[in-house]
Amino acid sequence: MLLIPCPWCGPREDDEFTFGGEADIPRPADPDALTDEQWADYLFMRDNRRGRHREQWCHTAGCRRWFIVERDTVTNEILGASTYGNSS
Amino acid sequence: MQFYSLPNLIRRGLRGHRDWTPAWRKAEPKPSYDVVIVGAGGHGLATAYYLAKLHGVTNVAVLERGWLGGGNIGRNTAIVRSNYLWDASAHIYEFSLKLWEGLSQELNYNVMFSQRGLLNIGHSEQEMRDLARRVGANQLNGIDAELLSTHEVSKLVPILNTSPHTRYPVLGGTLQRRGGVARHDAVAWGYARAADALGVDIVENCEVTGIRTANGRVTSLETTRGEIRAGAVGLVVAGNASVLASMAGIRLPIQSHPLQALVTEPLKPVFDPVVMSSAVHVYIHQTDRGELVLGAGIDAPVSYDLNGNFRIIEHVLAAVCELFPIFSRVRMLRQWAGTVDVCPDASPIISGTPIKGLFMNCGWGTGGFKATPGSGWVFAHTLAHQEPHPLNEPFSLDRFTTGALIDEHGAAAVAH
Repeated sequence: MLLIPCPWCGPREDDEFTFGGEADIPRPADPDALTDEQWADYLFMRDNRRGRHREQWCHTAGCRRWFIVERDTVTNEILGASTYGNSS
Repeated sequence: MQFYSLPNLIRRGLRGHRDWTPAWRKAEPKPSYDVVIVGAGGHGLATAYYLAKLHGVTNVAVLERGWLGGGNIGRNTAIVRSNYLWDASAHIYEFSLKLWEGLSQELNYNVMFSQRGLLNIGHSEQEMRDLARRVGANQLNGIDAELLSTHEVSKLVPILNTSPHTRYPVLGGTLQRRGGVARHDAVAWGYARAADALGVDIVENCEVTGIRTANGRVTSLETTRGEIRAGAVGLVVAGNASVLASMAGIRLPIQSHPLQALVTEPLKPVFDPVVMSSAVHVYIHQTDRGELVLGAGIDAPVSYDLNGNFRIIEHVLAAVCELFPIFSRVRMLRQWAGTVDVCPDASPIISGTPIKGLFMNCGWGTGGFKATPGSGWVFAHTLAHQEPHPLNEPFSLDRFTTGALIDEHGAAAVAH
């Protein structure tokens, strides 16, 4: 079980949250200009890191806001949490 | 290779079983091979075996970071079936199932393949319509599949709670009689022994730390036991595919998750087939020893952790107690997780890469065990001919660019 530090509500059990995948994947600014390879990279390709991982979580059963958690994907240690635009 | 047979067993038994030799050699890595396979799990060892057996490529090494069969081949729930929805999947899994049916003879090693039947149960009218559709698709592909009513399900597995007043009412099911289970470790050991006998070097405790390329072609692997040159490299590293691929600068459409399983104390034989429910994320069968083996859905967050989240266990056991009230007081003996590499379309990647000579067999998600023989067979063909076999051509890496995905979430994502 993970204890997720919601930046607004404080630490809560992971049961209250929805996992939203890797963070820092911006929506393409000019979608019409993208090649098929660039679309594939945006939609499907992931770093899937072993170790430090920046990821998105939503406090679905709480404040319902999205934020970023940094977590070690091997030990599950939570290394920090931040709101969008502010690093912790 | 010492042939395993009754006369040999008696002969050696009379001599006190003192002259059995190890099933495979502990090979030292040579400086160069025609083909190097990374990962001595089921798929990697099967690949090596079919390379040597069918394609005459015997200058082959299988490198393993830990010990042979220590990864997902030893962590899965051992279920074998081929009742997939789409043609591409149906063809490769059915090909694999046919190899399973002769595997113990082929390898002279008892993989204890037991075709006890595989029952998928449905809990809603929409699920029953989906199951009926899949049965139709299976039959069109020549795969045995039957649609069962609640009464027929009840006759097959009398201990299943088919009362209409339960949390998960059983509205019917599908049955693949040729499905079943196999002894998962024996599959790795059998392929290892047979590949070794054909001259394949299996090198344990040899971790790949880098992939060297020149002019867009793979040249060698850096390992903890020195540099090994290779004509072709096959990465078959379930649970670490993204990590290995990143050494060659390749990004994969894979996310890794823990998948948990549990085993109970042994009971007297109480039901025959494998019973699976995709809607409540549970599958269960009874081993020859009498233990119940239970499997779950994946943990949602990306993780390489091998414990898994307790909530999943709670969910699986709640579902099992609802479906099988008779098991409510059975005690669990052990629980574990394996890392599964899941593709967005829940289908594997058996493919070349942008780097010449570098091939990948990965992304099997939650259901790779059943494909072990077929996966090895087509990957051996791919490595030997440097191009895919028609069976694995649809499972290319570039399907994520072309959009020709093979969406098997209905058949593969939840249940094995």
